[in-house]
Amino acid sequence: MKKTGAEILWECMVREGVKVVFGYPGGANMPIYDAMLNYPVHHVLVRHEQSAAHMADGYARASGLVGVAMATSGPGATNLVTGIATAMLDSSPIVCVTGQVSSHLIGGDAFQETDVTGITLPITKHNYLVTRPDEIAQVTREAFYIARSGRPGPVLIDICKDAQIAQCEFEYEESISLPGYHPPLHAPKADMEQAAALIARSERPVILAGHGVLMSGAVEELGIFATKTQTPIASTLLGLGSFPASHPLSLGMMGMHGEAYCNLAIQNADLLLAFGMRFDDRVTGNLRNYAPRARKIHVEIDPSEVHKNVHVDIPLVGDLKTVLRDLIPLVDECDHGEWLSQITTWRSESEERDILAWPDDGKLYVAHVLRDLWKTTQGDSIVTTDVGQHQMWAAQYYYMEHPYRLITSGGSGTMGFGLPSAIGAWFAHPEQEIWTVVGDGGFQMTQAELSTAVQEGANIKIALMNNNFLGMVRQWQEFFFEKRYSAVELHNPDFVKIADAHGIPAMRAVAPDEVLPAIDFARRTPGPVLLEFRVEQEEAVYPMVPTGADLDAMIRRPIRRQPVT
Amino acid sequence: MQHTLIALVENKPGVLNRVASLFRRRNFNIESLNVGRTERDEISRMTIVMNSEETNARKVEVNLYKLVNVIDVQDVTNQPAVLRDLALIKVKAVPEQRAEIANLASIFRARIVDVAPDSVIVEITGTEDKIESLLELLRPIGILEMVRTGQVAMMRGAGTGVRHAPGANGYHPEIELQTGI
Repeated sequence: MKKTGAEILWECMVREGVKVVFGYPGGANMPIYDAMLNYPVHHVLVRHEQSAAHMADGYARASGLVGVAMATSGPGATNLVTGIATAMLDSSPIVCVTGQVSSHLIGGDAFQETDVTGITLPITKHNYLVTRPDEIAQVTREAFYIARSGRPGPVLIDICKDAQIAQCEFEYEESISLPGYHPPLHAPKADMEQAAALIARSERPVILAGHGVLMSGAVEELGIFATKTQTPIASTLLGLGSFPASHPLSLGMMGMHGEAYCNLAIQNADLLLAFGMRFDDRVTGNLRNYAPRARKIHVEIDPSEVHKNVHVDIPLVGDLKTVLRDLIPLVDECDHGEWLSQITTWRSESEERDILAWPDDGKLYVAHVLRDLWKTTQGDSIVTTDVGQHQMWAAQYYYMEHPYRLITSGGSGTMGFGLPSAIGAWFAHPEQEIWTVVGDGGFQMTQAELSTAVQEGANIKIALMNNNFLGMVRQWQEFFFEKRYSAVELHNPDFVKIADAHGIPAMRAVAPDEVLPAIDFARRTPGPVLLEFRVEQEEAVYPMVPTGADLDAMIRRPIRRQPVT
Repeated sequence: MQHTLIALVENKPGVLNRVASLFRRRNFNIESLNVGRTERDEISRMTIVMNSEETNARKVEVNLYKLVNVIDVQDVTNQPAVLRDLALIKVKAVPEQRAEIANLASIFRARIVDVAPDSVIVEITGTEDKIESLLELLRPIGILEMVRTGQVAMMRGAGTGVRHAPGANGYHPEIELQTGI
């Protein structure tokens, strides 16, 4: 049966299970938007294409499905770039469909022509330029497969306008042939046995759980492995939720702003089991003195990550879930009582320094807000964040009990991610409570999506931490630039009025005792709600490993027992 | 030391750009890159020569596999392989110098493929060392222009080159692949 290229695109996307797409129409993708009306797909009209990519990303991370973002050629497509790079750095499966000028115009600098496949080449897992309608079915099938399989990532399809309009015979082909693409599944048996022997000999092991645990769906296997071998679990920012925070074996977050006892455990370990993580500089600190006494086993699906930053003793290249399933029968039950009690000692010292242990000084800290939010929601909400201090505090104080609930831009550190990713997550789980924790800086980068939230009736709650500063940069200037504040002060609008202008109920809280009533108000009120928290302006995130320092050379929060006057 | 890699890639538009872009982005320094057709229409073959002191061959291999269009990568350095480079060298030559150049060329089994009133073009095929040796001898006479194809390589007999990351793209005999959907 003959169909237009645009119809074929939707036929294929519907078969891939696409129910919602985030996008923005324009000259070069109008045939796609016209054809869309005949398919059971809900379109979310964003206010800026960057947010379309973030929404697709948030949708993908919350649902485990592939998110879809759409944009027109030229500026529409280039606006997607930040969102695509964000998905790339965090291995998030999204497919971006962009319109391109007609094929005979390519290379002629036509109106709104940009070399989109060229621009996105280094920030996509793969991309396609489609010039003929008969390519669309195959390309769409491949794009979704590549996006979600192996190490997931963004795939972009740039479709010329004439290919959208022209007709061709459509026959859906289930199978695809990618001779150069075979993600590994199992690791070699001999290596597995060697790994099991190392594990049996280890006295002070630590598991480093990364995003790969979630991406490969290995949460259950991780739990079985950790409890069987009594190995504590340190998590990367993106790995949070892969193991319940309340479990005694959980060490919380590692790295630059990780728990001190967690970093100490890593530095004193004799074996690191890196599961689906990539030894990012934010989690290792100084590489030369990283876990110096530890042998290292690295389970990783992307062979280019093996030995990239840290040389490992045994690489197990394969799908983490599969490898763990193979590995669990090979390891014996262990008891690391002495090691675990050492960690407990470090942990109690950390708790003493915690800001939540401070006596009430009447000031409102972000940690207070997050503690109250965590308590009220019983740690059960989906939490998306922006990037900066509030992001680290959310990671530290919103203790994640469940997987796929923390959605944050890790590798790319993209400001503006919080609000759109929350809207995307809502489309994945409209039945769930969804909070986005944002700062006053990043929020204003994609604030326009408040309109989108209202238009879609997205039931998301915005917790805006307003300190009138670009807090993390300010903190660095305080610590490392002699407190010479350069371009970090923000003169903000009245956020409650901004919300009001959108028809969004809003409240402001300025003291610790106003936090709970505000949270209750937000939870009682259906639809989007904004809470502005006027927080302590010059608070710093502790602990902090300065860039390039050893992982256990942390700047610690001073112990304070008396109320501050 | 030089490292020579062979990469089989899908013969599709933009694949050379993907490989070149990867080398730039990952800061891999290459000495030569040759791309050409193979016995199969759908596959192109690249020969990549790089300085192994600057760039680790395993790292290049595993990163090449990140490209969906790259099918196979082998390292033929120090393996029983035939390595060949072709050079065209335009040498300044007044008529009385031609005999000397022809003589040198024949020692190296090179050929003179063009003769002009004041220059000749010498064509030589061989290993990089052999070409370098001829160049050294021609330099005092006066080289006006030179072009080289970059090295191409092929394993002798049924041998294959070294795969530094077995399993990286499904060539490990023990590893089960995730194929199909």
